[in-house]
Amino acid sequence: MNKEFVKFDKVDKSYDGKILVVKDLQLDIEEGEFVTMLGPSGSGKTTCLMMLAGFETPTHGEIYLDGKAISSIPPHKRGIGMVFQNYALFPHMTVYENLAFPLRVRKIPKDEADKKIDKALSMVSLQGFAQRMPGQLSGGQQQRVAVARSLVFDPQLVLMDEPLGALDKNLRESMQYEIKHIHESIGVTVVYVTHDQSEALTMSNRIAVFNDGKVQQLSSPDELYEKPVNSFVAEFIGENNTFVGEVSDISGGKCKVKLANAEILANPISVKGKGDKTTVSLRPERALINPSDKMDNIHKGKIEEIIYHGDHTRVRINLLGNSEFILKVPNSSSNLDIKLGNEIKIGWNSEDARALDPK
Amino acid sequence: MSSEIKQILTTDGIPLEVSLRKAERRNKIKAFLLVAPLLLFIIITYVFPIGDMLMRSVDDKMVTEMLPKTFKAMEKWDGKELPDEEVFAAFHSDFIKLVDEKREGKLSTQLNYTKNGFKSIIKKLRRKSKSFEEGNYKEQIMAVHKRWANVEYWQAIKRRAPAYTGQKYLKGIDMFKNENGEIVSVPEDRRIHRVLWLRTLEIAFFVTVFCFLMAYPIAHLLATLPMKYSNLLMICVLLPFWTSLLVRTASWMILLQQQGLVNDFFVGIGLVADDNRPEMMFNKTGSYVAMTQILLPFMVLPLYSVMKTISPSLMRAGKSLGGTPFVAFWKVYFPLTIPGIGAGCLLVFILAIGYYITPALVGGASGTLISNQIAFHMKSTLDWSFASAMGLMLLTGVLAIYWVYNKLVGIDNIKLG
Repeated sequence: MNKEFVKFDKVDKSYDGKILVVKDLQLDIEEGEFVTMLGPSGSGKTTCLMMLAGFETPTHGEIYLDGKAISSIPPHKRGIGMVFQNYALFPHMTVYENLAFPLRVRKIPKDEADKKIDKALSMVSLQGFAQRMPGQLSGGQQQRVAVARSLVFDPQLVLMDEPLGALDKNLRESMQYEIKHIHESIGVTVVYVTHDQSEALTMSNRIAVFNDGKVQQLSSPDELYEKPVNSFVAEFIGENNTFVGEVSDISGGKCKVKLANAEILANPISVKGKGDKTTVSLRPERALINPSDKMDNIHKGKIEEIIYHGDHTRVRINLLGNSEFILKVPNSSSNLDIKLGNEIKIGWNSEDARALDPK
Repeated sequence: MSSEIKQILTTDGIPLEVSLRKAERRNKIKAFLLVAPLLLFIIITYVFPIGDMLMRSVDDKMVTEMLPKTFKAMEKWDGKELPDEEVFAAFHSDFIKLVDEKREGKLSTQLNYTKNGFKSIIKKLRRKSKSFEEGNYKEQIMAVHKRWANVEYWQAIKRRAPAYTGQKYLKGIDMFKNENGEIVSVPEDRRIHRVLWLRTLEIAFFVTVFCFLMAYPIAHLLATLPMKYSNLLMICVLLPFWTSLLVRTASWMILLQQQGLVNDFFVGIGLVADDNRPEMMFNKTGSYVAMTQILLPFMVLPLYSVMKTISPSLMRAGKSLGGTPFVAFWKVYFPLTIPGIGAGCLLVFILAIGYYITPALVGGASGTLISNQIAFHMKSTLDWSFASAMGLMLLTGVLAIYWVYNKLVGIDNIKLG
């Protein structure tokens, strides 16, 4: 497998000559991989996708596709499939004609094209819809047609620009699985753009978190969630409890962080030595109520709010001066003494409390 | 079970349908009252005038009423040779009455429309008729002028007998009903209307084509440029709209005349010799140029409004799927603009076909249109019934184009905004 199937090499992009929307982007995508570009709006992820598709040109740097520099190749010669945000189905053509479009421009004989179209439609389970107009389809069906159209000419690379953004929640989730399964079955390389982190975590092999024109972290979903490398990623992916403080001691893979009126033990990730300012990040599910004594951080806090969420309850606690500390308590553990205003003991392992860069 | 569908009742036992109708009646009445003024306005300003025009164009009662006895007597006449004494006597009796009422002038005008030469002989007849003796009117009238002894003139009178006539319509296409009641074309050297009709269609067609060719890129630019530039461009497109039509036409006259700016420029760059400046005005060229410029916004606006709704991602999709920019344009973008093209072309064509001021000012003799002819008959010859007939023919033509368009493209495909 080609490790550098898609390669962004020191790519900069500016629209107005004043602000860089993409800064010195370095990104390698393996062949057959499903990579998601995730980030808040304005972080440069869509710009990257558009540069890859050929609708924007890099201001500096080069993009390589399968070893070839593609900056000077126009979009229609790149052979990259693309699913657009609002599907971009041709409204005056039937589903069949939409799918036939990329095959016709490639002068593929009709019987072969028909076979490919049948295959693509059955892949998205839309057999029998070939003669419908896009306007007669539901949002989910249009979305599938768009996916089928982007795959029908067997591209090596498919780009998807927030393709599920317009669907309702249930449909979006089932489409996520569907796209993931299609990817797994045909092994095409997919670059997917979204601002929905759960979508990214569900579907991707690797996720590139974008912020401020830069890739903050590129890693697998579990690593991204469990081991964020900076406080932006920790904050952006999942829920996060933070303590702001200063390192008072580092030794033996642990560090002491001095808060306003307490001291906690943490895992030094991006702090170097004594006196460094830091933000300590802790996932809500890593902190336990009434912990066993083995945990090396045990503190007392007061329950300020209880929010029922069905499968779990979220408890907001004032802990060590942080009144936004959130705990997730599974609803099966009903014997815990969770009542508004109660003082409870909370503990966590210093390993899970990651001391990152200050915000 | 399905066979006995029970009537659904509201809680107080009234059938649901009745109840619903009651509830909606008020709203219906309100809605009708709201549109009533507009309906009235349309009836008064549109339906009545057109109805009146239709009546006027076929109405030929005037002569029928002026010569009642003559036409009664003519019923038995075969129209081949000179009528007999009975007809002459009846004509004399009608004529004397007209002279008493001082209406013989109108008769002469009317008969002159049918056949030239009536004016003078009626004048003469009026003078001589005072000294007519009773009896043997045929001889006495024939003695007034030799034309009164010509059967063609009597045939012409007989043609005016019906209270309604389609002859104005025939005249509009350079045809007439001859002595034998056959419909024939006028001699070639006297055909003016057919040329005008054809020229009107030709100019309207080419103006539509020119407008389309020029408006399409402009509208595309307008729809795709960033807001701050597109607003400026929009103002440039609309600016002529806010200027008086007369002013715009007059400025074209300044530009296009032989000593005008365009000619000066051509001479300046050496394209034409100074003593051989081309005539660009008072001919078809003038009409083409000025009408295209004036009607351009009517093509740009519908195109723009349609293009504005076409998502730019469609063109991108076309390209990403492997279509060259041209294929993406031709297969994806262009078909989606057809509703706008249809609306724009129909609008421009219909406006151009009835255009009046501009061709009158810059068209000269070879650039005038049928509407100028209609105006001529409204103002100069005062033959309103002929003007009405041509107006209606124009209207029918426009409706026919509309119908054809509906068959070909479908009127519901039109988009004006």
